Amino acid sequence: MAEIQEKADSGKGGKKRAKRSSTKIDMTPLVDLAALLITFFMLTTTFNKPQTMEINMPKKVKDESEQMPLKASNAMTIILGDNDELYYYFGLVEDEPEVVESSYAADGIRKVLTSQRVKSNEKMTVLIKPMEESRYKNMVDILDELKITDTKKFAMVEIADADKDLVQKQLGN
Amino acid sequence: MPKVKVKRKNPSLDMTPMVDLFFLLVTFFMLTATARPDEAIVVDTPSSVSEIKIPDTNVITITVGKDSRVFFGVDGQQTKEALLDKIGGKYGVGFTPEEKRTFSLLSNFGVPINQLKSFLSMESSARKEVNQPGIPIDSVHNELGDWVLQTRLTNPKVVIAIKGDNDADYPTVKRVIDVLQEKNVDRFNLITDMETMPRNL
Repeated sequence: MAEIQEKADSGKGGKKRAKRSSTKIDMTPLVDLAALLITFFMLTTTFNKPQTMEINMPKKVKDESEQMPLKASNAMTIILGDNDELYYYFGLVEDEPEVVESSYAADGIRKVLTSQRVKSNEKMTVLIKPMEESRYKNMVDILDELKITDTKKFAMVEIADADKDLVQKQLGN
Repeated sequence: MPKVKVKRKNPSLDMTPMVDLFFLLVTFFMLTATARPDEAIVVDTPSSVSEIKIPDTNVITITVGKDSRVFFGVDGQQTKEALLDKIGGKYGVGFTPEEKRTFSLLSNFGVPINQLKSFLSMESSARKEVNQPGIPIDSVHNELGDWVLQTRLTNPKVVIAIKGDNDADYPTVKRVIDVLQEKNVDRFNLITDMETMPRNL
């Protein structure tokens, strides 16, 4: 290692030997420098790469008549509202279905999405309609819930006035 | 009486293993480090259970701040220089080589094209101070669409990532998505934080 033990000079024979200076090096500044570099690199490093969620939006359809109408029994609509509120209803808005208030918590919309009514129907399509007041977090949260519950058929749809009226009428806010 | 002499021990310790360890760590950090680029805006992204990682290179990052400002960023210095050329040509703004170099070093920016020239000619410290208004996304001045389109023409391999703040309002995000769809980008990524998958459903 860096410390080399010096042999004791016997001093026999009266030979003049060159006095060996110690080979010990003070390592402390070196340690200081290394620690400084470590600190610098640790602070400037971004360790984990951010996660991403991949979404595919459907192609914009030019001709409306090419689209298949959705059957009322296969539709579920989730409305994202202001202040992290969330409402859902089954069926189509024309039939004035019952709007239920739910939440993003684990026992909220997730329970509904894993319920028999959604899971047993393979054709069930979830329509997500965010209101203008909702925030980006709401959108990511609901996409996340769909991923957690393994719901494959869903679509992001622009909210219609009929939906807003329905929520207003039934929940009165 | 003979005094008992306490043998003094040399108090210096051998630092060599410590130095070894420290340099090992330094080397490790140097090799794994990608210096954190200084972002023009701080965003707090929502979390998701998704486990897909974003690729290292060829990424367009569209940042949406909580005050609905939109920022654009792309990696690759050559890409950025070529991109600025094309955008300059389209909007009739000439950029000096110096400005191009500055642009190629920016990680992201949020200024309209007519202000871009003066923004690039600023001192780098002044540039940090300036309040960037965000890139116009309305249908009259849809500059974001041009940036995306020209970047994809310059580097066809790019993937598009949207990095939105928790409190960014939905209409802005929707507008950004619409802009992308107008340019026939139907597949993109949303940058999120990590969250553990709940076990019992």
